[in-house]
Amino acid sequence: MSIRLTIVQNIEQVAKEQNRRLMPLSDDLALLDSGLDSLCFAILVARLEDKLGLDPFSASDDIEFPVTLGEFIGNYENVAA
Amino acid sequence: MSRPKPRSLLEALLKSGPPSQSVLSDGITTVPLQAMTTGTCLAGHTADLIGRSVLVAVATQLEAALVLIELDGLARRLVLCPPDLATEHLQSVITDAEVDAIACTDVSAFASYGIDRIVKVTTPVPIQQHPVADTTTEWLMFTSGTTGKPKMAIHSFAGLTGAIKATGTTAIQPVWATFYDIRRFGGLQIFLRAMLMGSSIILSRSDETISAHLQRLGDAGVSHISGTPTHWRRALMSSRVPAFTPQYLRLSGEIADQAILDALKGAFPRSSIAHAYASTEAGVGFEVTDGLEGFPANYIGSAGGEVEMNVRDGALQIRSPRMASFYAGRPDLALIGSDGFVDTGDIVELRGNRYYFVGRRGGIINVGGLKVHPEEIETVINRHAAIRLSRVRSRKSPIIGAIVVADIMLNEEAAGSDQIALKSDIMALCKRELPPHKIPAVLNVVAAIETTIGGKIAR
Repeated sequence: MSIRLTIVQNIEQVAKEQNRRLMPLSDDLALLDSGLDSLCFAILVARLEDKLGLDPFSASDDIEFPVTLGEFIGNYENVAA
Repeated sequence: MSRPKPRSLLEALLKSGPPSQSVLSDGITTVPLQAMTTGTCLAGHTADLIGRSVLVAVATQLEAALVLIELDGLARRLVLCPPDLATEHLQSVITDAEVDAIACTDVSAFASYGIDRIVKVTTPVPIQQHPVADTTTEWLMFTSGTTGKPKMAIHSFAGLTGAIKATGTTAIQPVWATFYDIRRFGGLQIFLRAMLMGSSIILSRSDETISAHLQRLGDAGVSHISGTPTHWRRALMSSRVPAFTPQYLRLSGEIADQAILDALKGAFPRSSIAHAYASTEAGVGFEVTDGLEGFPANYIGSAGGEVEMNVRDGALQIRSPRMASFYAGRPDLALIGSDGFVDTGDIVELRGNRYYFVGRRGGIINVGGLKVHPEEIETVINRHAAIRLSRVRSRKSPIIGAIVVADIMLNEEAAGSDQIALKSDIMALCKRELPPHKIPAVLNVVAAIETTIGGKIAR
């Protein structure tokens, strides 16, 4: 399964568990508008670390948190590359 | 008029007049209680230890029991070393407890501490007469906090036995047992109960499997037994449970949630089941016998009783004659507050007319500024029929500081089932019962959950 697909599936799963209404997912969707709160992102990042073995947000001290979903996915793809 | 209370363990034991069949046994060595009232395990050196602060550092619980019976009322202090005391802490223990004598199994292990009286503990041999002294011995019990320099709470024999009701001679002598080590507060309570009643006690051994232990308890006809909820969950995993039919089961030392109380009621339908609140510092607080988790709200605030309880800043506070007085050698640490109450650090929550334990003050996980007690989540997870044991812990999060994750151990019936469906079912349960920040971010199915030597979940 691609990194992108794994991320999308996990976002949907977390949103369901946390009772969040998710906006339609697209690369230019702003994360703040996605319907996920910071707890959801924290859960998502932990699960993705377990699934993909990647945690781009702890990988270096000066990370910039992504603004859009596309940037978020890009962070993972870049660390994996 | 009530009879005067015995001043020492030996006096209590003599008073109870143990029947000839009453024994101390760990499955390897069995000592009749009568042999203890007429024997010595200190090879003729008992009198040398009068008025001393004696470190009791022995290899087995049985040896510890023998030393306690023999030296209470003679020694100034009995410093009861738990089995897992690290050698690196020995010097600070010796200093803080003003140790000037040692009763031990291996004399050579203590040669380098500058203590001139080191006595080897043996199996009891008969003596004409026990030495007599009128010492009120202080009992030093190690607190259950496991990290850093150990702390020792100072108790008296009267305080330690304060919760044990004087029982007349019963037609059938109980046979006591505990999953605890008797060198810890929970286990010591059971040992003292047995001695005050002149009853047998079947000790646990760390080298024994749970099945072999249960077999031994059943064979010995154990009628009264105590342990932590973790001990009991482990016992319930054994196929030997059906052969074991105690009259009285007691849980203490950790939160007894409804799941474990119900599971024990199912496994031992004819037994009375109680959960007790006690701590090394606060002593024995209270017992709950209605089969429900938590305790009735009217336990709080009733002044004038032997045990008074308050809730301050969410934490249970206890004042009673059974509590410890202070920490040995640590005048910098207050064990009792200025109002005379011990702050237990156990956080309780009032729901309806009952208080529920939600966790330890020090064990709080901070999820993005919201406080979470691991135990309150475990309580929910443990209600699921597939769960034998769970441990909730903190996991560092780059986004919000920390999130909660849960290790879950499945019971035998659930072990082969579809894990994805099962996890989703457990998540659904958590979602129904808990606010979003308390829902575990990750569920890990694990084969085992580490427990401490004291029988609690390692945190």
